[in-house]
Amino acid sequence: MQFMLLFSRQGKLRLQKWYVPLSDKEKKKITRELVQTVLARKPKMCSFLEWRDLKIVYKRYASLYFCCAIEDQDNELITLEIIHRYVELLDKYFGSVCELDIIFNFEKAYFILDEFLLGGEVQETSKKNVLKAIEQADLLQEKLDSLL
Amino acid sequence: MLTTIKQKACYSAALYCLTFLNKTGATLTFCKGKSKEAEIKRINKELANIRSKFKGDKALDGYSKKKYVCKLLFIFLLGHDIDFGHMEAVNLLSSNRYTEKQIGYLFISVLVNSNSELIRLINNAIKNDLASRNPTFMGLALHCIANVGSREMAEAFAGEIPKILVAGDTMDSVKQSAALCLLRLYRTSPDLVPMGDWTSRVVHLLNDQHLGVVTAATSLITTLAQKNPEEFKTSVSLAVSRLSRIVTSASTDLQDYTYYFVPAPWLSVKLLRLLQCYPPPDPAVRGRLTECLETILNKAQEPPKSKKVQHSNAKNAVLFEAISLIIHHDSEPNLLVRACNQLGQFLQHRETNLRYLALESMCTLASSEFSHEAVKTHIETVINALKTERDVSVRQRAVDLLYAMCDRSNAQQIVAEMLNYLETADYSIREEIVLKVAILAEKYAVDYTWYVDTILNLIRIAGDYVSEEVWYRVIQIVINRDDVQGYAAKTVFEALQAPACHENLVKVGGYILGEFGNLIAGDPRSSPLIQFNLLHSKFHLCSVPTRALLLSTYIKFVNLFPEIKTTIQDVLRSDSQLKNADVELQQRAVEYLRLSTIASTDILATVLEEMPPFPERESSILAKLKKKKGPGTVTDLEEIKKERSSDMNGSAEPASVNASAVSTPSPSADLLGLGAAPLTNSAPPPSSSGSLLVDVFSDSASAVAPLAPGSDDNFASPDLASSEVVSEEPADTVHDADELFHKFVCKNNGVLFENQLLQIGLKSEFRQNLGRMFIFYGNKTSTQFLNFTPTVICSDDLQPSLNLQTKPVDPTVDGGAQVQQVVNIECVSDFMEAPILNIQFRYGGTFQNLSVKLPITLNKFFQPTEMSSQDFFQRWKQLSNPKQEVQNIFKAKHPMDAEITKAKIIGFGSALLEEVDPNPANFVGAGIIHTKTTQIGCLLRLEPNLQAQMYRLTLRTSKEAVSQRLCELLSEQF
Repeated sequence: MQFMLLFSRQGKLRLQKWYVPLSDKEKKKITRELVQTVLARKPKMCSFLEWRDLKIVYKRYASLYFCCAIEDQDNELITLEIIHRYVELLDKYFGSVCELDIIFNFEKAYFILDEFLLGGEVQETSKKNVLKAIEQADLLQEKLDSLL
Repeated sequence: MLTTIKQKACYSAALYCLTFLNKTGATLTFCKGKSKEAEIKRINKELANIRSKFKGDKALDGYSKKKYVCKLLFIFLLGHDIDFGHMEAVNLLSSNRYTEKQIGYLFISVLVNSNSELIRLINNAIKNDLASRNPTFMGLALHCIANVGSREMAEAFAGEIPKILVAGDTMDSVKQSAALCLLRLYRTSPDLVPMGDWTSRVVHLLNDQHLGVVTAATSLITTLAQKNPEEFKTSVSLAVSRLSRIVTSASTDLQDYTYYFVPAPWLSVKLLRLLQCYPPPDPAVRGRLTECLETILNKAQEPPKSKKVQHSNAKNAVLFEAISLIIHHDSEPNLLVRACNQLGQFLQHRETNLRYLALESMCTLASSEFSHEAVKTHIETVINALKTERDVSVRQRAVDLLYAMCDRSNAQQIVAEMLNYLETADYSIREEIVLKVAILAEKYAVDYTWYVDTILNLIRIAGDYVSEEVWYRVIQIVINRDDVQGYAAKTVFEALQAPACHENLVKVGGYILGEFGNLIAGDPRSSPLIQFNLLHSKFHLCSVPTRALLLSTYIKFVNLFPEIKTTIQDVLRSDSQLKNADVELQQRAVEYLRLSTIASTDILATVLEEMPPFPERESSILAKLKKKKGPGTVTDLEEIKKERSSDMNGSAEPASVNASAVSTPSPSADLLGLGAAPLTNSAPPPSSSGSLLVDVFSDSASAVAPLAPGSDDNFASPDLASSEVVSEEPADTVHDADELFHKFVCKNNGVLFENQLLQIGLKSEFRQNLGRMFIFYGNKTSTQFLNFTPTVICSDDLQPSLNLQTKPVDPTVDGGAQVQQVVNIECVSDFMEAPILNIQFRYGGTFQNLSVKLPITLNKFFQPTEMSSQDFFQRWKQLSNPKQEVQNIFKAKHPMDAEITKAKIIGFGSALLEEVDPNPANFVGAGIIHTKTTQIGCLLRLEPNLQAQMYRLTLRTSKEAVSQRLCELLSEQF
């Protein structure tokens, strides 16, 4: 996977994760272009599209679009389920996740993503294991906080 | 999940701010509904505040630092630029408090900075955390390296991470991060990741108890194996056993790694992907793999275990990856046909996603010799998709598939459907469809009147999308084929009658009537004057280049039809021409008028003679389509597959559409003015001096054609003329090539050679005694190849029999790039040896020199001949001279499968004659070898003996050497 973007129906970028080195300018350009392209698509259309020399896989959950760019040989359907598993992880962690959770706890959204995907590849698919890692960290934080 | 957004979105602005305040301890307030300027103002104020805190005299405590760094990050993610705070973030890295460290790492990962002092500090902090033996801290540090992945980090840690990865006491979660961290570094700086002892231990992670570790390791191994296949060869059998255990496990066995009743779908996909780095494994492993693939195909037929889309997606993700592997191996006809049938079911599935993927996947299946026919059976469904799919991206896939499945048998139908679709097609894909139609119409034109009609239809339906290349091409073809010229003239004349016709039609019409208007002038309805008036009625509506072309048509008319000379002269003489503001038009009018006045009939006839045929070259349309599809975006093999449908009727480049030798000193930009030549026909028809193919290239005399500029400066390879492989440097020059070479006897496309640096793919096509081979050189490294010089060498013996012409390639090949080279082939007489392809280049300071046999074999010039049983045996008897027969009895090297054998005989080039041999187990074939000098009839008979696992192969041809060679070639196949 080359990058993952989360954006709202209004086109506001909520999370961005880049697995290839790109300049900020290039990132902004890609984001603008993709947000436009994906938002213009109708609900029943297929979840894949060709874009430049990449394949875009996207899915909408409520007001949020999850959008991944994968390479020519990568598997579209499994990417669709990467998105779903990530949503499940967020959901489990936040308890019925919503866009605001991701806005205001953006750092958690990034930490969960890092446990699940690293360097653009799936690191750990077990929901239990990912959440265990995050919860352990939270526990560590609380312990330290209580020491203050 | 996320569905509660509506209720939550109703929260007041105050709550909005409060939430943020509570969660991060920040006081930044962003209120919904406020204007953009207000937001920017608010942010600038906040940034100023943070800056003053950081710069203040009072040292900030860790907590405040974390708070402000987090705020900066938040502001950055809102889309504002941040240019400070890096140092504070780096300070957080050395905190012992987990959250402070965590925010510090996040900031560093998101806002990567190239300041070298900072990088030194960051690397230091990472080093400490990696050494801490605290798995949580190690995880954070590894995530940071993987997220940043810079060269500096690779330099600092590429040696360390493999140790962490294979150390016995490393925790599983750390191993997972280390594997993917290493993968990221390898992708950015492969030269900094040293291969070593650790690689074999990494391969064994495929056996790890922990499926998460296996998942992460498989990604790493796949990437490493792509570049170092030899080193990771043992991963194949391990991957197959792992896959086998997964696909046969019950849906609950793998606990949390089962996803919606599908066991470990991510891992399965990755394993299947890893196997695609290698050719089919050896028989024992292969049997197990085939079982796995069959199980996956069987499961697709079972009723779903859940109605959830996640279940079907995960299951089908594995299925599609399995199909990719089957296509990659391209060796099991049974699996290929099953895959095709499965995809056929998906073509009508209610899920748009599945229809899309099925169309896409079938495109690659269409290029396999084994499944091409099976794909073709779905033509009606695909055409229907073109008509009914509501999503343009799905329709696009349907167009691609129709293009891929097109062959002589269905070309007329497919072209008609594409034209039909073009009338309503989305603007975004029209140009591509136009190119595809033009290519198919040319490639499969049995009847060139059909071709002319098709192209004129193209111009009528989508004139704006018909690029120059397309209409140049139709002219080239009409000029080169005299059987279609009269029809073309008549058809364009009729098409031009339409009250509104596209300018491209005026161009084609003007050009063709200027050349061949005389062929229809006998009909009073298209008399010279009527032709002229018709063209001239369009003149004023056209752009300057078209008008310039029409002026040339007029002067050609002066030669063709002396009876309307004065009418034309009047037109040329009119003020609107002679005083035209456009200098090109004015000059043409002046010169043509003068030419028509002073030149004698003889001179006119010479100057304005009919255009000579164009030399045959690669179709420029095809080149354009390739360019449109984006170069270097697909892997070599797929590239080859996609392009296998290139045409044989080469073409002239558009620039050489050069109508006449009229002297035109101005540097005119259009077609007709290019020939700044003397008043004689400067381009003699290439056919006058022998073979077309030879004539295109001036240096045809030399059998060793230097292919790249600057090739002859460095290395005088010893004894190039010998057919032996040449090697003078340590590069891997040796060739198990024979095995690969034999692979190509019965097929035309595939990978000829591959090592760590270079992959060579081939795609070729042969027709009668001519052929064309595309060689694709893929640079697998990230470093440039310099002085890249491929040379095709024919030995002295071979040289008189085989004419090879090559075009030069660029001497620099960028990392990851692919260059293509065309070899035009002419078989003059029958031959034994194969030419040698020698490649020399510099890679990172070392000189590489390797040679492989180029699979141009005598059987490529086969044309199949169908005949009845009676005919066959009659001819068989006629060839009973012992010298005409060659026989070989040999042991079967491959499983004796009748279907595969049939496919191979057809691939060999002869016709497979059914119900000819009285023994149905035998195979007989017949065909004619075409060479420039003669044609040689060949009959063959293959008798398998299943019990003994032996074959007897008999060849009878009119020439001993041919029988001998064909027998040798074919014996290696079974």
